[in-house]
Amino acid sequence: MMHFLAVYGWSLLGKTWQHIYISGISLGLGVLVAVPVGVLLTRVKNRVASVVVSIASMLQTIPALALLAFMIPIFGIGVKPAIVALFIYSLLPILRNTYIGMNDVDPSLKDAAKGMGMTNWQSIIKVEVPLAGPVIMSGIRLSATYVIAWAALASYIGAGGLGDFIFNGLNLYRTDLILGGSIPVIILALIVDWLLGKLEVAITPKTSQG
Amino acid sequence: MKIAFLSMEHLNKTYSGGKVAVDDFSLEIEKGEFVCLIGTSGSGKTTTMRMINRMLQQTSGTIKLNGKDISELDPVKLRRKIGYVIQNIGLMPHMTIRQNITIVPKLLKWPQKKMDERAKEMIKLVELPEEFLDRYPSELSGGQQQRIGVVRALAADQDLILMDEPYGALDPITRESLQDLIKDLQTRLGKTVVFVTHDMDEALSLATKIVVMDDGKIMQVASPDEILRHPANEFVENLIGKDRLIQARPSITTVGQVMLTNAASITPDKLLKEALKTMHDRRVDSLLVTDDANYLKGYIDIEDIDYNFQTATSVGDVMHDDVFYVQSDSLVRDTVERILKRGFKNVPVVDSEHRLVGIVTRAALVDIVYDALWGDDDKSESKADSSQQGGAAQ
Ligand SMILES: Nc1ncnc2c1ncn2[C@@H]1O[C@H](COP(=O)(O)OP(=O)(O)OP(=O)(O)O)[C@@H](O)[C@H]1O
Ligand SMILES: [Mg+2]
Repeated sequence: MMHFLAVYGWSLLGKTWQHIYISGISLGLGVLVAVPVGVLLTRVKNRVASVVVSIASMLQTIPALALLAFMIPIFGIGVKPAIVALFIYSLLPILRNTYIGMNDVDPSLKDAAKGMGMTNWQSIIKVEVPLAGPVIMSGIRLSATYVIAWAALASYIGAGGLGDFIFNGLNLYRTDLILGGSIPVIILALIVDWLLGKLEVAITPKTSQG
Repeated sequence: MKIAFLSMEHLNKTYSGGKVAVDDFSLEIEKGEFVCLIGTSGSGKTTTMRMINRMLQQTSGTIKLNGKDISELDPVKLRRKIGYVIQNIGLMPHMTIRQNITIVPKLLKWPQKKMDERAKEMIKLVELPEEFLDRYPSELSGGQQQRIGVVRALAADQDLILMDEPYGALDPITRESLQDLIKDLQTRLGKTVVFVTHDMDEALSLATKIVVMDDGKIMQVASPDEILRHPANEFVENLIGKDRLIQARPSITTVGQVMLTNAASITPDKLLKEALKTMHDRRVDSLLVTDDANYLKGYIDIEDIDYNFQTATSVGDVMHDDVFYVQSDSLVRDTVERILKRGFKNVPVVDSEHRLVGIVTRAALVDIVYDALWGDDDKSESKADSSQQGGAAQ
């Protein structure tokens, strides 16, 4: 192990950074798109919402490697197509949880908000999103785990990241390289999930003084 | 022409499924009135109320607030001017009581200081300690939450308050104290309240004007007093309930209130001789027969005694058990005709357990009929009072 770190230490750090970078950007974009769209879906006809959610679910079912491969003719190889593919993957859990979380807010609270003279926007910002926050956040956590895991595949289209170790290991029958790539991915996923868990608690609205 | 504070003209609301929830509803409300909408479930009360703050759009008809057609106002601004208390209270669980109370002031961009002052003022108004301002709704009891729900609708100086069955879920005692509270606030602050309820007692004690609805239509609009005296139709009567009509309408009294409580009676085991003596002493020509527990068994009159004096010995041997009687809680109005038609001189009155409690004489009935036809309210009122005392003394 020490030997592995001595030889590959710097490279490992670099690849880990790449991995974080790819996943982070994809997830960030996913949140930026899926949360507003999820919110918007609660304001359109149910039929429209269910169509959008099914499209997102469909995208989710495309095998990861295939999706990555599809990106090549459009975006070439490298980081960019990887980010786009992972971004697409991150959408569904966030979108679905946002939509469900918003819809699950007690209708009488939404009614009270409107009845007191909140605009649609004020009701979303002051009432619905805060109350749906924990559900939205757990969607983000789920996406984060997916994205980090699948980012390992991004190496296949030349995006770098910890997947480089894994694919090299597979090609060279080198278990140490495979493990050296996989274990950091797992650790990374666990840490991010833990951090986002903390964040989830932080954004869960207080409902008592204690 | 004087402009009503709130006027609703020929409102109709037909839901998309074709259900006509409100049908040609017209009503004028003056400032300072306490209007209760009452009716069976599904009669369109909520629908009517929600058109006032444009939570619903009427299919046809106009609503004017201070003479202005509300459909020309910005709905958001309109709602900020109208206090709204929904059935489930709807306090925001993620906001403190202070934040909840000042939601509308905040929407109206009041300065922070003014909002803090108002929050304190409001919590005092509902007699809760100031510390509660920093609590969250989940840390208050249901009744306390409802109090906050009420002042939340007052906090921005709204003149018009809409309340949709605000106290439906509360226990009777809490409910009563909140009724007192809202009534007091309403009169003290000169608010106009439109209040939906299922509960006639609530409507009678709160309203200055009661609007009875059935199947989307107005059945009657009247003051509590008027509605009790002159229910417009059978539906209104049923909604009010017999008990309340009796209590509230002196001209409609129960048999129990007009009967004499000193009915002459005898037990079946007594000798005919004793019966005769009792008749003589009481100066009556018939006796009611009751057992030891005072259950009405029958009657015996002077002719029976005359015929059978030689043969029979005890009252029980000769009494008639087909006695005509009335219940003490039945309405005089409902029974007087029956009594008169049968030509009885007097009729025994029993309680729900069939125990003899009194007797109605023909003379008393004459008084009642006279009052019903000629008596003015004052007179019948005083009469009901005195007979009530008679009833209490028994
Ligand atoms: N959104 C809707 N779509 C179709 N019909 C509706 C809708 N809302 C209410 N209704 C119908 O309109 C009628 C009046 O409803 P409303 O809620 O006004 O009654 P309510 O008098 O408030 O009854 P409750 O005492 O039960 O609250 C009912 O028959 C109800 O089923
Ligand atoms: Mg209702």
